[in-house]
Amino acid sequence: MMTFQVSNMSLALPEMFMLAMACIVLMVVAFLGKKGTDLVYRLSQLTLIITAIIIYRSIGEIGGLTFDGTYIKDAFSDVLKLAICLINVVVLLYSTAYLKARNLFKGEYYVLALFSTLGMMVMVSAYHFLTLYLGLELMSLCLYAMVAMHRDSSVATEAAMKYFILGAIASGMLLYGMSIIYGVTGTLSIASVANVIQAGGIDNTVLSFGLVFLIIGIGFKLGAVPFHMWLPDVYHGAPTAVTLFIATAPKIAAFAMAIRLLVDGLADVHQYWQDMLIMLSILSIILGNIIAIAQTNLKRMLAYSTISHVGFILLGILSGSAEGYAGSMFYALTYALMSLGAFGMILLMSRQGFEAENIEDYKGLSERNPWYALMMLILMFSMAGIPPLVGFYAKLAVIKSIVDVDLLSVAIVAVLMSVIGAYYYLRMIKVMYFDQPTQQTDLQSPTEMRVVISANALAVLALGIFPGSLMAICISVFS
Amino acid sequence: MLTNFPLLSLVIWLPIIGGIGVLLNGDNNPWARPLSLLIAVITLVASLGLYTGFDTATYQMQFVEHASWIAAYNINYSLGIDGFSMPLIILTAFSTVIVVVAGWEVIQHRVSQYMAAFLIMEGLMIAVFSSLDAILFYVFFEAMLIPLFLVIGIWGGPNRVYATIKFFLYTFFGSVFLLLALLYLHHVTDSFSILDYQQAALSMQQQTWLFLAFLIAFAVKVPMWPVHTWLPDAHVEAPTGGSVILAAITLKIGGYGLIRFALPIAPDASMALDWLVIGLSLIAVVYIGFVALAQSDLKKLIAYSSIAHMGFVTLGLFIVFRIFANSATGSGAVLAVEGAMIQMISHGFIAAAMFLCVGVLYDRMHTREISAYGGVINTMPKFAGFAVFFAMANAGLPGTSGFVGEFMVILAAFQANFWFAFLAATTLILGAAYTLWMIKRVIFGEVANDNVAQLTDINRREFLMLASLAAIVLIMGLWPAPIIDVMHSSVEHLLTQISQSKI
Repeated sequence: MMTFQVSNMSLALPEMFMLAMACIVLMVVAFLGKKGTDLVYRLSQLTLIITAIIIYRSIGEIGGLTFDGTYIKDAFSDVLKLAICLINVVVLLYSTAYLKARNLFKGEYYVLALFSTLGMMVMVSAYHFLTLYLGLELMSLCLYAMVAMHRDSSVATEAAMKYFILGAIASGMLLYGMSIIYGVTGTLSIASVANVIQAGGIDNTVLSFGLVFLIIGIGFKLGAVPFHMWLPDVYHGAPTAVTLFIATAPKIAAFAMAIRLLVDGLADVHQYWQDMLIMLSILSIILGNIIAIAQTNLKRMLAYSTISHVGFILLGILSGSAEGYAGSMFYALTYALMSLGAFGMILLMSRQGFEAENIEDYKGLSERNPWYALMMLILMFSMAGIPPLVGFYAKLAVIKSIVDVDLLSVAIVAVLMSVIGAYYYLRMIKVMYFDQPTQQTDLQSPTEMRVVISANALAVLALGIFPGSLMAICISVFS
Repeated sequence: MLTNFPLLSLVIWLPIIGGIGVLLNGDNNPWARPLSLLIAVITLVASLGLYTGFDTATYQMQFVEHASWIAAYNINYSLGIDGFSMPLIILTAFSTVIVVVAGWEVIQHRVSQYMAAFLIMEGLMIAVFSSLDAILFYVFFEAMLIPLFLVIGIWGGPNRVYATIKFFLYTFFGSVFLLLALLYLHHVTDSFSILDYQQAALSMQQQTWLFLAFLIAFAVKVPMWPVHTWLPDAHVEAPTGGSVILAAITLKIGGYGLIRFALPIAPDASMALDWLVIGLSLIAVVYIGFVALAQSDLKKLIAYSSIAHMGFVTLGLFIVFRIFANSATGSGAVLAVEGAMIQMISHGFIAAAMFLCVGVLYDRMHTREISAYGGVINTMPKFAGFAVFFAMANAGLPGTSGFVGEFMVILAAFQANFWFAFLAATTLILGAAYTLWMIKRVIFGEVANDNVAQLTDINRREFLMLASLAAIVLIMGLWPAPIIDVMHSSVEHLLTQISQSKI
């Protein structure tokens, strides 16, 4: 007799809700057209908030695999999905005024944002190569379209093309790596891959060959050197609201992908991927920090700073210890928070017909707007890793993990480069605090955005004074 | 007695929270100045409680506070003071009062921010001196850079941006090695407690690397030759208050760090590499002394003289190994370390006073060039009296605090090696030469030009400020026993720690 087993749907409840709502929002866009954009915006925010609540309420409930072992709900996925949803709530809030001022306030933006968020959530919860790939593509395709939304801008179109082509190559690499690993292990399920490798008796040469392609894919998506080429152009070329979107939550999703593949699937061949990641990480930290110094455009500078932060995130992963993974997770989460604030500040300073994306535009900000200058100061010092701001503890956590596995030379390079990195953040503060203002215009941003951006920067400070609880969460996820 | 009252937390957080309060009050608030002064004075009074409640008989940490801070990594909010940190905390609290008073009329631009920066910095510096947890120490050690960076950058001179970024990157460069050393020690001891670090058994190789890391971190702060170049730039560009805090406190953190970390954690490496520190210290004393002689800028001259004086601190701390080797009793070692400590505290007062004197002149003439002055005594007799007194103290005249520390270190150096003492003693000539020559050119002689002729003498505020410093310098010079008593047990404990091999 045949039994038909229904998978445990409830484990994927947040994704299902998100999918249903995204479809509804799509219908609203299709039927109401331009008139309904405000409604679409509200609905999207509501969707993200309710999804976050669903995820929050499910924390601590029994998790596990579902859909034939292709999908997992565990503490790791809960925390990251919650972070992704909350960050995207803030992202949408920051971008609205900017989009309105540039005639980009369209329903499609929000539909794409929702589907992209869904893709990120699938990536975080994937426990099967195919699921992972599906999530990745869902996220990436939406992002390509979002970058291209500003159709009249040649820079944005160029960025979208670059992003699409390089992203497609990366996906191809990843897929190729997955297929090689399938060839060696005979399975696509991450859990089974781990079991087969643990059991031994497989060809490690071929396995490590496949691993190389996986690492390339991960490197591309995170933006690690030498697979970083797309990142500065896309950050620079995309409308700032989209840059904000790309720079925050997708990094968390890419981090989750790295953890799922390397730690959940291939932890037993740690020695193979450790060396590769050391190269990627060191190169990212060195190149990101040094090239960022030469930038005059704030978005490009932050793009290179992202590259160096990615290098730090990789440091924790490559340590191969639970504490290192926890450190990386802490880093990824807090980096998303800082990045959110920094790009949010660019949006806050921009107004109709003016992009506040050059470092020059921030001259004398502390005279014009002492409060927002202080907020930006907090964000910049945090990115530089100066205590008592949260960026310091992120660096502390990952560097501690590599000191604990005796990779002292890597640690020395990392800390020396963070001294070089401090320079361009200091320059930003110098421009804001020590230079005289050249323009006198008031902020035109809506009140709620000002409140949230202040809360965002103050959260960076508060987490810097009491980092304990978030660190405890990250550690408990991996223990 | 209120033994459980968290007095240390009070003196740390009162200025920080008060500073934030002043900051939030907004610029050009007429209450910013009095409120800041009130906070600074209350903090000073509270910090005196650390002195009156201090038990001089023990080397153990006192006023201990302990609370879990980042439980996941076992990082604690752990505070305590001993004979080394207590005097430095009071020095910090006192200097901040002086800085607030010094900026009273001078600072007219973003007053609240200025006062807030110094108050917050006061809390952070006191916290550095009282942290017993390595990460807590590092957090405050680094956080201190932020307000100082802003103070130099916002209220500084024409070349302030260069100076402040140089200052920040230099010290940040030093401190990342400190962070690595602290993390490595955690790897070895599985604890972040500084006291546990001090008891860790370490091989010679481990100690050597740790020692070098500590040395880089703290040598930049002290600053020792050849990593001193940020100091003259920072001093010249900083506003008077910034110079006072830099000279009086932040340099002392370097010396304090060597006492708290380098010597007790890596005693064998300290012994093996003492030639390095002694050599650099003697270069600082002799070579920098000559450099000071050649300066034409008042602040630069005092900055270089600071480096030379701090050379005595590092010299005093590291000649102890030679003294142990030469004499069985090691009584000279106590003299050396105590001399170094006295030198730190005394330099805190004297350098602060010297920078204030320059500030007084600069506020009136807006130049620091020595050649722009001459015959100031004719128009500012009261000021000239103070300036000459502090110059004498800077040159190490007996009866002032400047004499005590230098004399103790030179005396101890004789037990280590005659030539050390000989070279160190050249400061008595060099120091007198550059200080007195400066005084001669600035204060004495005929009125040099019209600007000097129009100078007005110091007002009550300035008089009070300089008089209180002069009184302390005099008292410390005539009767240094109370300070020596306070630190005696801790010094002996340090010497026991470093005389035992850890290998």
